[in-house]
This record gives sequence, structure tokens and C-alpha cells, in this order.
Amino acid sequence: MAVDYEGKKIGMWMFLFTELLFFGGMFLLYAVFRYRFALDFHGAAAHENIVLGSLNTFILLTSSFTIALAVSAMRQGRSALSSSLQAATIALGAAFLVIKYAEWSAKIGVGLYPNSPVLLQKNPGEILFFSLYYVMTGIHALHVIVGIGVIACMIIFTTRGKITSKKPIMLENTGLFWHFVDIIWIYLFPLFYLIT
Amino acid sequence: MRKADQQTPLVSYTTLTVVWLALLVLLAATIAVARGHVLVKYSVLVPLAIASAKAGLVLNYFMNLRYEGRLLKVMLLVAVAVLTAFIALTFMDVWYR
Amino acid sequence: MTKRRGTSRHPSFYRDQGPYKGILGWLMSTDHKRIGLMYTLALLSFAAVGVCAGLLMRLSLIAPGKILTAQTYNEVFTVHGIIMIFLFVIPGIPVAFGNFFLPILIGARDVAFPRLNRLSWWLYLAGAVIVLVSLVLHGRPPDTGWTFYAPLSIESQANISVAVLGVVVLGFSSILTGLNFVTTIHRLRAPGMGWFRMPLFVWTLYATGWVQMLATPVLAITLVFIILGRFLGVGFFDPSRGGDPILYQHLFWIYSHPAVYIMLLPAMGIISEIIPVFSKERIFGYSAIAVSAVAIASVGSLVWGHHMFTSGMSDTARVIFSLITFVVAVPSGVKVFNWVATLYKGSIVVCSPLLYALSFILLFSIGGLTGLIIGALAPNLKLHGTYFIVAHFHYVMFGGAGFAILAGLHYWFPKMFGRMFDERRAKIGWLVLFVGFNCLYFSMFILGYQGMPRRYFDYPPQYFTGHLVSTIGSWITAAGLIIIFGNLVRSFFKGKQAPANPCGGKTLEWRIPSPPPTENFERLPVIKGEMYRFERED
Repeated sequence: MAVDYEGKKIGMWMFLFTELLFFGGMFLLYAVFRYRFALDFHGAAAHENIVLGSLNTFILLTSSFTIALAVSAMRQGRSALSSSLQAATIALGAAFLVIKYAEWSAKIGVGLYPNSPVLLQKNPGEILFFSLYYVMTGIHALHVIVGIGVIACMIIFTTRGKITSKKPIMLENTGLFWHFVDIIWIYLFPLFYLIT
Repeated sequence: MRKADQQTPLVSYTTLTVVWLALLVLLAATIAVARGHVLVKYSVLVPLAIASAKAGLVLNYFMNLRYEGRLLKVMLLVAVAVLTAFIALTFMDVWYR
Repeated sequence: MTKRRGTSRHPSFYRDQGPYKGILGWLMSTDHKRIGLMYTLALLSFAAVGVCAGLLMRLSLIAPGKILTAQTYNEVFTVHGIIMIFLFVIPGIPVAFGNFFLPILIGARDVAFPRLNRLSWWLYLAGAVIVLVSLVLHGRPPDTGWTFYAPLSIESQANISVAVLGVVVLGFSSILTGLNFVTTIHRLRAPGMGWFRMPLFVWTLYATGWVQMLATPVLAITLVFIILGRFLGVGFFDPSRGGDPILYQHLFWIYSHPAVYIMLLPAMGIISEIIPVFSKERIFGYSAIAVSAVAIASVGSLVWGHHMFTSGMSDTARVIFSLITFVVAVPSGVKVFNWVATLYKGSIVVCSPLLYALSFILLFSIGGLTGLIIGALAPNLKLHGTYFIVAHFHYVMFGGAGFAILAGLHYWFPKMFGRMFDERRAKIGWLVLFVGFNCLYFSMFILGYQGMPRRYFDYPPQYFTGHLVSTIGSWITAAGLIIIFGNLVRSFFKGKQAPANPCGGKTLEWRIPSPPPTENFERLPVIKGEMYRFERED
């Protein structure tokens, strides 16, 4: 016996609450260290590429939009449209990751990574800023990767008719997860890119 | 106890598009504020307020929270309140140390 | 096994294997009762290992240096802590009794997400295996204490990363169980079972579920920081890189204090079930007990700072945390007074479950009240680093959660295993355990008050008598446990077949056969009226 539609939705939301608290631990560290080393944080953030950061924000916001459209399309019974919108979301997520990869490689290229000799020469606040940057964006990127995997499964389920306008819950819950990952990024963006 | 399966009302493509455009406007606004070095005194508050506005839009429309029953809203409030309390109480140490 | 079959029309869950054969019929099962039983078995096995480590420590303490070296002693107490905390008491009551009884108590056929429940069980097993591997892997077993305090945990050469990874996996298991239970309680209550008609054990599982969901992720990320600190040198807790070790303590206790309530709330739930049944009396102040469970969970999540009074935290924070600590005593007191009031004028039947429940009330009260002594700032400065804490902790954990697990095991034994146990042996076992327990831990209060520091391998001669008494107590405790479990194991094989309701309980589990059929209920029950209605016999 399985639980009903409402129960599955509640279960998904509660999973997101645990995710919120998981990221919450990182935001807590960020808040404390930024409070202690405000100037170092401002200085270190100058190394961030604001153009790429803004572009990535645009991409992720748009991907949230496409997956929301995919859910609406599914609810109206247009499953072919829905699966192309899901595919678009995957493409946008992949683009996000590619840009993230470029950003990381650029930083690692100039020797800015945790425990690097270049970084250890810097002020403590700057060391912490970059450690936080890698940890928070890294764990966020992991969530994007997981999200892409899950949406890929949803496309398969859609084509096999396991998700229909009568049973959209799996797709809806996937959407909820993807939006959550988007919301985390909405906060990460100003905290790392916009504090110079 | 068990209600029949009640789905939340369908969000139309138009609403979603409007919300997406609003998100992009807010993104532009937050970049403009940061680049233009206006409101420097509130350089923490303003970007976070804009981020929260964006998060609110995503929650309410993309995640359908606006159309959900009271239960989910209260639960979300509890989770956010708990996180806030964790951070606030930690700052009781950090501020005064 | 013949007697555990049930009737032919409704075979018991022991009989009904599902599609798999043999051991797979258990491991692959999504039946909450099978999962609950497997958890019970695993928990008790790990507890046995933990008890052995504890006995070894006590033995070493009456002859420091003769039995264990200082390094081995550190490793043994770390192993004792990690196993007892993360593999036994934290998952403890919810996964064992919660899994078995929650769906039955609310009149459901299973939990909300049966397959997720099985995943929790597998994750628990995986986490336990990873933790145990860290003990035998090449290199040294963890030696930091179960708290993994930074910077020691980041610099130690022992297998910290593996152990910590295991604890993270156990955390996921715990989160999923909490999520599953809360959804179950929201969605699967039988028709007519309103919130204030639920059995009190269910209330405590609900509050516990929320704590599991909201506090455990913080531990997970904290332990991830340790692993990242060890492998990548991120340095969040390393002062030479701007980090702050006290922040580690904050993050750790943000989870680990609420974890105390993950262990204790369901324990209180079990006691609230047992007391009315054996006093043949309505539970006194039902709604006060129910609401106090939620109050303990919420206020109890905000008192973690009292573990850090001597860490160098700011004075403002110390005062605030001390104040909130005193507040959390209020709902705990409400529960104790309600239990006592239920006993008052009840027709008490002195059975072994009630004996455990009564000793829970006494031992938990001692643990709770000494908690107020060390929750106050001034005495804490003297007592924090001493055996006083060890005694307080064990009175709450073992005297509280441990005794409640034994109470639940005796109360529900006929239902879970379909056999009756030998009441006389159970009472003897209880008596021996109770005497041994107090001998073992009360002497630690005195040792601590005299200034014996905790976690030390050696000590000046004036503490010898106290340590000797405590060690002798540990042997009596072990003897008590052997009698108790010997009796239960013997009864599992040789006990008389249990009737559906041997002790006159009123909640739903006593209205179905022992052991329950796979589907629990032939037809889902409809609840009319409150759960704890006992007819007065006067």
C-alpha cells in the first residue's frame, strides 16, 4: 500500500527541508566568517567573474522556468511537449555546469584552490572565502548533477507513459527539487559575486 | 482523515512567463545595484532582499506554494524558523565574543 | 516456528515471506514489522559490542596501565561512544519499536513509503559496516571520542574519515526514517483517529521525526567539513587559516543536543503507553503529555550551547543557553508529574514492564535534575570536565533511553514474537540491573564531585575506591543484562504462545493477533472515542 498524492508531495517537501538545513550549515559558516572578515571577503570576491556568474544565474532561472512549463504541459496531457521541455531543462543544467567548470579551471589555473601555496599566502578571510566558494558551489553543482540525472529518468518515464496528466506527481516532485536547487543558487550568487 | 486526491490548480503558461520575466528583471536589478555602487551602506541587505524576492517568486509560482493548503506553508515556516534560530543563537556567541 | 504461523486465513508476518526465500525474504522485505525486527536484532547486537567496550574500560580503570595502554584506552572509549550513540541509542526506539508499532498504533497497513523504509534499513546497515570497518582498517581506530572535535579530528592519524563517513550514512538513514514517520502520521491515520486521539507513543515519534529531519542534516554537513578538512585542507575549523574550532562545536551540538531528544522522546512515549496499562487507569493529562512532547522537541533544539560553557563561548551566549536549558526542564517535569498522577489511585499491577517504567521515572529524574545542576553556569565550570557529566549522561541515556528500550521490549515482547516470557526471571533480571546500574553510575557522580576528570586514563590514588565501586557495579550490570536477555532468548524459543492481549492494553496493537498478520488489520479500524479508556473496577 502506498501513500496518496498529497502524502508524496508532503514527503518531497520535507526532503527539501532537510536539504535546506544541510545548506543551512554552510550558510551559517559563511555568515560567521563574512562577519569576521568583511574586508577580506570584499577583496577576494574581486576574483569572481561577475559576467559568468550572472550568465549562470540567468541560465538556472530559465531552467526553472522550463521545468515549471514541463509540469504545466504534463498536467494538460501534452506529454510530448513536456518531455522536450524537460530535455531543455537538462540542456540548461549542463550549460550551467560547463560554465561552472570554466570558472573553476580559471581559478585553479592561477593557483586559487584550497590548500594551494598561492592561497595560503593570503589573508585568513580570503582563504576562507575561497574554501567556502569551492565547498558551497561544489555541493550545489553536485545537486545540479543529481537533478539532471533525475530529470533524465523522468523523460524515460514520460515516454513510457508512467507519468501522465493523471499521475504527474513524480515529475512535480522532480520540479520541486530543481526549483530548490535554483533557490540555493539565487542566494549563492549575490553572496559570492556581488559583494565587491 | 484522508482527503481525495486534490491537485493544485494548473498554473498557466502566461503566469509562468510573467514570473520568469520578473525574475530576470530582479536579476538585472541586483547586478545594477552591485555594479553601480549605489546603496553601499546596505550592501548586505539589498542583495539579500532581492534574492528573497526571487526565492519568493519561485516558491509561490514555480513550486505552487501559493496554491497549497495551510499545512505545507506552516511546515516551511517551521523549517525556516529553525534555521534562523540556529544562526541567530550562534551569533549570540559570535557577536559578543 | 510452528506456533508463529497464525491462522491459515491470516498467516503471521513470520510466515508470509513475499516473493523472496530465506534470508532475502527478510532483507528485501518492505513489511514494517520485518524491518522493525531486523533493526531490533541489529541494535541489540551492536549494543552488546558497546557494552563489552564499556566493561573493558571499567576494568582498565581499576588497574590503569595493566590492561590497556593509554592509546588503546582512548580508542576503546571512542568505539564505545560511537557504537552506543550512533549505532544504538540514536536510531534505537524509532527504528525498532517505531517501525514495528507506528502503523499498527494508528491503524494503517504500513508506513507511508515502505520502499524508502527498506532503503533506510539498508543505509543503516551500510553505515554500521563502514563505521565498523574504520575500527579494523589499516591504521588506527578513531581515538577522538565520539564527538570528533576539531582540530584533533582533522589532525589525528587515525581512521577518522571512514568513521565519519559511516556516521553521515547513518544520518541519511535517520533523516529518511523521520520523514517517513511524519508523512505516515499525517496521511495514514485510521478514520476517526484525530490528532488528540493518537496514542502518546505516536505523538513522541512525530516530534522525534521533525527533530530527525531538521537537525540531522546539520551534522551531515559538519562531518563533511571534517572530511574536506582532512583531504583538501579547507580549514573552516583551523585557526591558522582563519577558521574557528568553537564553530565546529556549535555545528556539532546543533545536531547532537537535539539527538538527545531523538533518543529520549520516544522513550517517554513508551513509558506513557505502559503506565496507564499497568495502573488500569486513564492517562492523566493526555493533551499536556502530547503537547509537552512537541515543546521538548522545539525548545530542546535551542539549548545546544550548554555543552560549550567551558569552550570559550561569549558570556551573553552562555547566559542565554543556560536560561533556555532551564526552560526545557518544564515540559519534562510535566510528563513526570502526569505519569505519577496516573499511578495515583490506579489499580497497579506490578509486572516487569511497569518495573522498568518506574525505574525509568526515577533514573531519568536523577539524570534530569543533575542536568539542571550542570546547566547552571557556576557549577558547570567546576563539574564540566569531570565524571559528574559522565554520570549525568549515563543516567539519561542508559537509565532513560536504555531502561525504556527494556521496558518496551518486555511490554511488546508477546506481540512481536508471539511468545510469553518468564515473569519471575524478568523481575530478577530487573533487580540485578537496577542495583548494578546505580552502583556503576552513582559512584561517578561522587567521583566527579570530588574532581575526577573524565576521559582520563589514569588518576591519583584517592579516587581508587570510587572507581572500584563503579567497576564492581559494571559487573553487576552485565550480570543483570545477561539474565534479562537470557530470559528473553529462552522465551523466544520455549515460551508459551501469547494471547492477543496478555496485559489488558487498550491501543490498537492489542486488538490483533500475536504476532500480527502481514496486513495488520483484516479491515481498517474506525476509531470512536479516546484510546485510553479503562473501566474502573471499584
